[in-house]
Amino acid sequence: MKKQQVGQSMDRVDGRLKVTGGAKYFADHQLEDLLYAALVCSPISNGHIKSIDATKALRAPGVADVVSHLNAPPVPGYKQENKNPKQGLKIFNDDRIYSNGQPVAIVVANTLERAVHAASLVQVLYSQETHHTEMSNNMDKAFQNNGMKDYVRGEADAWKKAPVTLEAEYTMPIEVHNPMELAGIVAHWDTPDTLTLYAKTQGVKSVQQTLKELFQIPEQNITVHAPFVGGAFGMALRVWPLEVATILAAKKIRKPVKLVITREQMFTLVGYRPQATQKISIGATIDGKLTGITHEAVAITSPYEDFTEGIVGMSKFMYACPNVNTKYQLVPLNISTPVWMRGPGEATGAFALESAMDELAYKLHIDPLEFRIRNHADTDPEKNLPYSSKYLKEAYQMGAEKIGWFQRNPEPRAMKEDDMLVGYGMSSGAFGAYRGKATANAILKADGSLVLRSAAADIGPGTATAMVQIAADATGIDPAKITFLLGESAYPEAPRQGGSSTVSTVGSVVNDVCKTLQQKLGELAINHLPAFKNAKPEDIIYEDGQLLLTSDRSVKISYQEVLHQQSLPELLVTTTSQSGDERKKYSMYSFSVHFAKVHVHPATGVVSIKHVVSVADSGTIVNSKTAASQMIGGVVGGIGMALTEEAIMDHRFGRFVNNNYADYHVPVNADVPPTDVLFINKKDPYINPMGAKGMGEIALIGFAAAVSNAVFHATGKRIRDLPITPDKVMQEKNEI
Amino acid sequence: MNQFSYMRPSNLKAAIDAVAKDTSARFIAGGTNLLDLMKNGVVIPEKLVDINRLPLKDIQLNKDILHIGALVLNSELAAHELVITYHPLLSQALLAGASQQLRNMATVGGNMMQRTRCSYFYDTTMPCNKRVPGSGCGAIGGINRMHAIFGASSDCIAVHPSDMCVALTALDATVLVAGPKGNRRIPFGDFHRLPGNTPQTDNTLGKGEIITAVEIPSNAFTKNVYYLKVRDRASYAFALVSVAAALDISNNIIRGARLAMGGVAHKPWRLREAEQTLIGKAPTTENFRVAANIAMTSAIAYKHNAFKIPMAHNTIITALQKAAAI
Repeated sequence: MKKQQVGQSMDRVDGRLKVTGGAKYFADHQLEDLLYAALVCSPISNGHIKSIDATKALRAPGVADVVSHLNAPPVPGYKQENKNPKQGLKIFNDDRIYSNGQPVAIVVANTLERAVHAASLVQVLYSQETHHTEMSNNMDKAFQNNGMKDYVRGEADAWKKAPVTLEAEYTMPIEVHNPMELAGIVAHWDTPDTLTLYAKTQGVKSVQQTLKELFQIPEQNITVHAPFVGGAFGMALRVWPLEVATILAAKKIRKPVKLVITREQMFTLVGYRPQATQKISIGATIDGKLTGITHEAVAITSPYEDFTEGIVGMSKFMYACPNVNTKYQLVPLNISTPVWMRGPGEATGAFALESAMDELAYKLHIDPLEFRIRNHADTDPEKNLPYSSKYLKEAYQMGAEKIGWFQRNPEPRAMKEDDMLVGYGMSSGAFGAYRGKATANAILKADGSLVLRSAAADIGPGTATAMVQIAADATGIDPAKITFLLGESAYPEAPRQGGSSTVSTVGSVVNDVCKTLQQKLGELAINHLPAFKNAKPEDIIYEDGQLLLTSDRSVKISYQEVLHQQSLPELLVTTTSQSGDERKKYSMYSFSVHFAKVHVHPATGVVSIKHVVSVADSGTIVNSKTAASQMIGGVVGGIGMALTEEAIMDHRFGRFVNNNYADYHVPVNADVPPTDVLFINKKDPYINPMGAKGMGEIALIGFAAAVSNAVFHATGKRIRDLPITPDKVMQEKNEI
Repeated sequence: MNQFSYMRPSNLKAAIDAVAKDTSARFIAGGTNLLDLMKNGVVIPEKLVDINRLPLKDIQLNKDILHIGALVLNSELAAHELVITYHPLLSQALLAGASQQLRNMATVGGNMMQRTRCSYFYDTTMPCNKRVPGSGCGAIGGINRMHAIFGASSDCIAVHPSDMCVALTALDATVLVAGPKGNRRIPFGDFHRLPGNTPQTDNTLGKGEIITAVEIPSNAFTKNVYYLKVRDRASYAFALVSVAAALDISNNIIRGARLAMGGVAHKPWRLREAEQTLIGKAPTTENFRVAANIAMTSAIAYKHNAFKIPMAHNTIITALQKAAAI
């Protein structure tokens, strides 16, 4: 048998293309007659457009058109919707302004520079109304929609009766999507009802579906290309108004149009992690058994959409607590719609829950790690089901040993290295392990190579690499001869890359389509090859790219020889695959444990993370290298959440004041310490054929709490308001 | 960005003439700030005069005075043997600034000429007296976490963003300038100015004047120096506060002291009184605390930057401790 490929540290199959510039991202596509677009965005935060004067812009050199609600082609899908205003921003549909930065026109010219300049010449007059952007001043508008029912297990507010209790409020600022690649699209109407797009998306099929509804054209008339995506983290899970604006401009002008938005526009046009305040009330017995958790969250949304996510989810199932109740509300503000951002709501929720667990552990004089173990949920207390697999206790132990948890002095402000205060903190995270439905083609070529196709995405984790490894094990074909193609709407249906489910969902169908291919080869052998004539399907085994007879292993034939004997140029099979009843029998989650060691400079309050250990309990690790990279990426995102990232708005204007890479602080290399990633790497027996659970979200979920807990251990100061910037930590003057 | 013309003269006189005669012309060297300003519509020059071909790239030691051409790159200066040997404080400050990529483009003259990073200055939809005199100060009633605690006015509370200039102020550098009316020398501390009621003017250069070099006189601050920059992330972030500290210590007595701060005022903020209190004293935390108290006496905070007063105080003490290696 050949070496098993799943679990190996295989290099990325597209790594060479990416580092040599050979990978073409959406903005790299130069179509013939391509025009360039720039957006004109609203400087007011609530009101109406009174007038748009494009005269000067239209006179500027190279300008093709200025498209706005005054002259945009109709979007038939808009009319199909009812009058409910909460159905998203219908770009260029009317004169209404809901938030600052909302696009009011798109200017198209024959060079980017001319488009940008002409956009500055468009004169827009507004009638301004009072805007509401500050969450704390608008809490009276908090509401719940149908999807956000209160949850009660056991008795509500049971924490109040506990001998040891904690009530604390935690705040999360707006965090903005800031991948290197900016948002945008290249749109071209080949005919009046045939559309070609080069997109930045986490799901080509989902783009196709959205646009089919909006433009009322057949699905097959819409072609979406997105084989490479330069980072997305949730921002490219949906079609945004900026993309519809470009498609409308291309329709009106009848030429291909490219839009790449600016960094500043990334703050208002592609969603963000919503600002949230969370109150955790929690009680335990004096020997550290949780008796009640109450988790109440309020988060912001736009005036025209109710964005909800799993912010209170983890409190329901993470610990064996008999009484849990949660409440989740939204406050609509004059701001664009939030969107999922890695981890998503669970990461916001975990900061509160895992900070509160640390606080209560200190109140109880129990080690925070021991406190979690005492309240470990052996079965899922929310769903009342056994876990499909759970090695959280092992993960706690592995991480603790690696970082030296048991060697620390647990007293706050008791450890020093040189003139730095030293702190250790830990936390855990969990995210549902999902498996959706997907379809894939397998095409065996005459030369023995294998091509797999599915409309999956790769926003960076290395989708194709993992799929090649899974296919290599399923077929016995050398991975160098296997290609996995993704990111094309013409390929068989696959879900969006989100919710840590791509390996589970698409990996399963890759495994299954390979098995289908083998069966088909077996049938061909039985029907056409003398040596296999009397064999039954179960008499054939498939090994190292060959068919063998179980009764006589010397009777064998390679896959390609089967094709050759039949003079077949290739063999194509298609399979659809999805989860079954196992999801009703088991609760499926991935778990993570994060440990952080920090230095805090007492005079200035500067926190630097010196060492991180993150442990993932996510089933089988398909590729140890890309999996480790993904975990490290989550840590970097977590450092940003913990220490540096916050979009700051001047509420007088409803405008962000740090909407650029210099002032919105994404962590840089100097902020990222040595990071040890450890894997449990034990197969989940139920979730899918590989036994692999998801990893993208758990890499981030809980991490910020590990840092804030470490800052408390270092300083004795509890920071419940992210990010933990030096001014919040700094001790008072003269204390040094 | 507007359309503009571009020229690249190869002698100083042509460059000066081009800018002196054209009110909307601007010199450009590394462009690390000017291009951002142009893209945001903050500065709209009709002509750019690229000075990169001018012979202003030399670093030499003449009679103990270090002469640094205005076009020397920040990265080159930080790594230069003469700087590391004779003025290590300057090297430290340079390396605390921006990122390696920016330092590879940014010049000494350009670093001095960079504009404030105040958000209201960059957003043309907001009020800013520095960008549009008379339009009001957005920061005073707005988000002012990054803003001044010294020397501000009711018209402007912006700070100068440079790290290099903080060290050059402490080191008593001199700015060499050429212009339509000839050459002149400006003490570094007089080059940048406080906002007063004309915050649109950052410095004392006249129209058409160009920085040709910076000179640093010899000093004894080769060993006990430290540049401490406190910032929101470990690199590529502007200072919340920064302190340049240089001590001349012999027999455990401070013979000379230089202190300057960044991130606290419209110009690099020299702390002369604090320096004076240190002379003749032993390098102890208690003496450093006295100096820090004196340094902070006139500080005034706004809504979001009150933390800067204790932070600056603590940073002065820490920088002096690091400089004295105690």
